[in-house]
Amino acid sequence: MIRRHIPVLITLAVFIVGYLICLAQFPSFASTRVIGNLLTDNAFLGIVAVGMTFVILSGGIDLSVGSVIAFTGVFLAVTIERYGVNPYLAFVLILGLAALFGAGMGFLIHAFQIPAFIVTLAGMFLARGLCFVLTTDSIPINAPAYGQITDIAFALPGGGRLTFIAIVMLVTFAAGIVLAHFTRFGANVYALGGNRTSAELMGVPVGKTTVRIYMLSSLLAALAGIVFSFYTSAGYSLAATGVELDTIAAVVIGGTLLTGGYGTIIGTFVGVLIQGLIQTYITFEGTLSSWWTKIAIGALLFAFIVLQRGLSAASVRSRSA
Amino acid sequence: MQPSTEQPQLLEIRGLTKGFPGVQALDHVDFTLHAGEIHGLLGENGAGKSTLIKALTGVLRRDAGIIRLEGQEVTARDTADALSLGIGTVYQEVNLLPNLSVAENLFIGRQPHRFGLVRTGEMRRRASELLAGYGLDIDVANPLSSYSVAIQQIVAIARAVDLSAKVLILDEPTASLDAQEVETLFGILKGLKSRGIGIVFVTHFLDQVYAVCDRITVLRNGRLVGSRPIAELPRIELVSMMLGRELAAEALHRNQRPAVTGEPLVAFQNYGKRRMIEPFDLALRPGEVVGLAGLLGSGRTETAKLIFGVERADSGQAFVDGQPVRLATPRDAARLCFGFTPEDRKTEGIVAELSIRENIILALQAQRGWLHKIPRAKQDEIASRFIKLLDIRTPDAEKPIGLLSGGNQQKALLARWLATEPRFLILDEPTRGIDVGAHAEIIRLIERLCEDGLALLVISSELEEIASYSDRVVVLRDRRHVRELSGDEVSADTIMTTIASH
Repeated sequence: MIRRHIPVLITLAVFIVGYLICLAQFPSFASTRVIGNLLTDNAFLGIVAVGMTFVILSGGIDLSVGSVIAFTGVFLAVTIERYGVNPYLAFVLILGLAALFGAGMGFLIHAFQIPAFIVTLAGMFLARGLCFVLTTDSIPINAPAYGQITDIAFALPGGGRLTFIAIVMLVTFAAGIVLAHFTRFGANVYALGGNRTSAELMGVPVGKTTVRIYMLSSLLAALAGIVFSFYTSAGYSLAATGVELDTIAAVVIGGTLLTGGYGTIIGTFVGVLIQGLIQTYITFEGTLSSWWTKIAIGALLFAFIVLQRGLSAASVRSRSA
Repeated sequence: MQPSTEQPQLLEIRGLTKGFPGVQALDHVDFTLHAGEIHGLLGENGAGKSTLIKALTGVLRRDAGIIRLEGQEVTARDTADALSLGIGTVYQEVNLLPNLSVAENLFIGRQPHRFGLVRTGEMRRRASELLAGYGLDIDVANPLSSYSVAIQQIVAIARAVDLSAKVLILDEPTASLDAQEVETLFGILKGLKSRGIGIVFVTHFLDQVYAVCDRITVLRNGRLVGSRPIAELPRIELVSMMLGRELAAEALHRNQRPAVTGEPLVAFQNYGKRRMIEPFDLALRPGEVVGLAGLLGSGRTETAKLIFGVERADSGQAFVDGQPVRLATPRDAARLCFGFTPEDRKTEGIVAELSIRENIILALQAQRGWLHKIPRAKQDEIASRFIKLLDIRTPDAEKPIGLLSGGNQQKALLARWLATEPRFLILDEPTRGIDVGAHAEIIRLIERLCEDGLALLVISSELEEIASYSDRVVVLRDRRHVRELSGDEVSADTIMTTIASH
């Protein structure tokens, strides 16, 4: 019972130890201001990581999410600022478009048995290319709705703010947990990651599930894009480059097995927080280059992959003994 | 429980035929299964057992024949369809999802739910109840992979039966279970039988056939040999049905050779591995041929793999020239001048895309280490020497080995090991799938090799063949070396009676 929670517990332990180290050096880490900012700054990463967790659990990968985030920003900026579309209508449009885009990728992956890596790589170039078709400039978004939304926040005791976008992320995680662990769809996602052939033999609707997984991932990437546009108040074609890799890193550090079948949504949440913590630490430290974030994450990722190998080898041994 | 004559049989197969290019896998096979019957399906490799099961469960399309389930003609489109018709299959390799919980495995796709949410507690309660009916008291919330293969198999059976299976097919379910687990499984099968489920049981273990089956059907080379109630079937007859050979009146003459004497070259004491082969003693002297005989799954290949270090022994000690040696990997074995031509030539032996020359020098090159490349001239010399020596029929040494016939591939594989100048060669089914002419050549080659002072361990299902060249024959049954025959005892008949005895 406990064994399968080990990866998540380790992730949690890493976060707590990391947090304590930060706290020892910079006592202000205990303030709600820092914690509120941690959530706000990583809101878009968290949202897209929920979708990525489903994809990786099913044994797939989605490289297109960074481009979808950028496209969302550019689409919103162009439609709202250039064509005067109501922001809320623009949100609905982009979410619908992204869902179609993801469903299309899922369909290709299932119907033609093309590796997800290839299909989503193509999707990545496609979405990024479409950004440049719309515009090559960085377009600021000044719509009043944006100001209103970003003003929504709950004051936390101690001066911190729980912003609207942080709330969106927390709600997404909560919904992701319910979807993954308490629905038939969730069980089917795990089944796909466990063994596709067996899942099919056992009557799991493999095709339908695959399409929905990638649809969900693109949908959440678009939601992350909307959140990102609140955060930056602009749409820019070169935004969010490499975010797909940060996302995958967060999912894996969160204890999800890259080969699929094992992992949790809550683990991904902690994985995102660990990345945010490292980033915040380096900002506080002040003298370190921000590239140290990447180096720390790289080292952590490596450690976690080795750990997972070790754990799965250990569980095989204990079973055959 | 005998159904009355007017009632349709539970499952009736008539004239089932299925061909693959070059092989008639099933040739007008009939098969009848009654309700409440455990029916053993037996046959050696290539007999057509798996093709029959695959055609029945919709994995393969049949060319001709009728399948009736409770009198209704049925054709399953795939396994899921077969399951919905009431035909459930449990394979040796359990086809469930190791990462999901036991409860989820039992109920996936039909989880109890309310407002779109799975009622996990309810599902676990029902799963526990279901498994309690099989005498299994486990935490169903744990992932399936945390349990032994035996428990996974019971879960698979419980799932198939719960999905309203009338016919349950068990494809070698006991192959990786230990004795006690087999007992548990048999208890469950008997329980299902009393509930009127018809069970098709595929196995190689004769003791298990007699322990649990009511009837048996034997296939050989895609044809039906016969279907008989087990109570009236002596073992020797069952074995002769499987091997396709009547007891000969007189023992076949074999070349009498003087008994080989001297110190053993290789010896194994109490050598074994759990779940693969029970510990055995075996010694071979230079110039001696020892045959390993037994039915499929009796532990012949397992013995060979253990001796060559493909699998690691967990008990006993190996000796070469009287000195204890380590045999943990095939590299260790090759370093000790052992050679091994595996049973499955295509996947474990040849490298089809490489040329004959490259295939022949492979083992020698590996032995020298990859940094000391054998000069090309030397390679050509070795290849052409063996092509001539073993009479490998090929226009030249550069032809990809995959294009050769089976017999010539086998000779090239032999050449691979002979090039390393081995002292001890293990040949697993060296004559399988080889035409008659090449067959005789391989046997002559075996005899010549042992005259040269090699020790040979040969596995074969052809009893006559093994009796003709072996100095001694070890008979295996149910993963145990049961008897060693030597001298005049070495004959196809003694081998067969030994296999059948218990």
